[in-house]
Amino acid sequence: MSAHDHADHDHTHGGAAHGTLRGYLIGFVLSVILTAIPFWMVMTGALDNKQATATIIMAFAVVQIVVHMVFFLHMNPASEGGWSMLALIFTVILVVIVLSGSLWVMYHLNANMMPGLHEMRQMP
Amino acid sequence: MASTAITAGSEPVFHLEEEHAHAEGGSTMLGFWLYLMSDCLIFAMLFAAFGVLGGNYAAGPAPKDLFDLGLVAVNTTMLLLSSITYGFAMLTMDKGRVGATQGWLAVTMLFGLAFLSIELYEFAHMIHEGATPQRSAFLSSFFTLVGTHGLHVTFGIVWMLTLMVQVARYGLIKANRRRLMCLSMFWHFLDIVWIGVFTFVYLMGMLR
Repeated sequence: MSAHDHADHDHTHGGAAHGTLRGYLIGFVLSVILTAIPFWMVMTGALDNKQATATIIMAFAVVQIVVHMVFFLHMNPASEGGWSMLALIFTVILVVIVLSGSLWVMYHLNANMMPGLHEMRQMP
Repeated sequence: MASTAITAGSEPVFHLEEEHAHAEGGSTMLGFWLYLMSDCLIFAMLFAAFGVLGGNYAAGPAPKDLFDLGLVAVNTTMLLLSSITYGFAMLTMDKGRVGATQGWLAVTMLFGLAFLSIELYEFAHMIHEGATPQRSAFLSSFFTLVGTHGLHVTFGIVWMLTLMVQVARYGLIKANRRRLMCLSMFWHFLDIVWIGVFTFVYLMGMLR
């Protein structure tokens, strides 16, 4: 049917290409693995070092976000003539600034406002 | 101006490299993507607030007293399964199979509802134990962040229901395909936000 062909043409034109069954399944399996490992690590306390565990599960989260972007959202540098990617990069930069900036500033604010540390030392 | 390009089958139509025919809804995907990016910024603010306030328990309950990681794992599974079933809905939509698309959408909606039910159960349980949003800064930021995500899922389900009615009425017409693709992006985006939630809020909370 011509209408159907036409619709199909429009999709490819839009750039938000659809995935394939294989793509979705790969994404799903990877997501399950990337979700299960952090949960397992925290629930069983596989690592004694909390700092290391936190770093590792954050890394898993970042990888899983990328997996979702690629296999589920079908992000690629060419979609929408590159504008999707540009908007994404811009957003990621903002998110990084907001998150790291807030945490950094507020952590130091907390540390410096802690009563009894600086004031006491500076007292005559 | 380039309206002839759509119907033209016999005579050749020429475009410049960048200048495609701008069909109706041609820019919807990019526009919706930009909306998602702005939504992402809202969540970034809420994550930042939780990151700053997440340790202020005001002598109240801490994550270890409240969170049940088993429940969160089930919840995560629900959302992940709903993501892949929505993917199947999109694949069957591509093949133009209305019944299968509707079926996968219904399955997706059920997983979404399961997710919401578990989350609401968790919230009710916490509030029952006195861990209300007013209790501490940690709980205020927790309920705001996780609640906002839950609200998004709720609206996603409402949207899905609406589109199922639309598809039942008008079939997989071009406009409906476009709407389903927008919802697809929205739904997968929510799953991405949830990755941040279960890592940053639940798992990291248990490590504190």
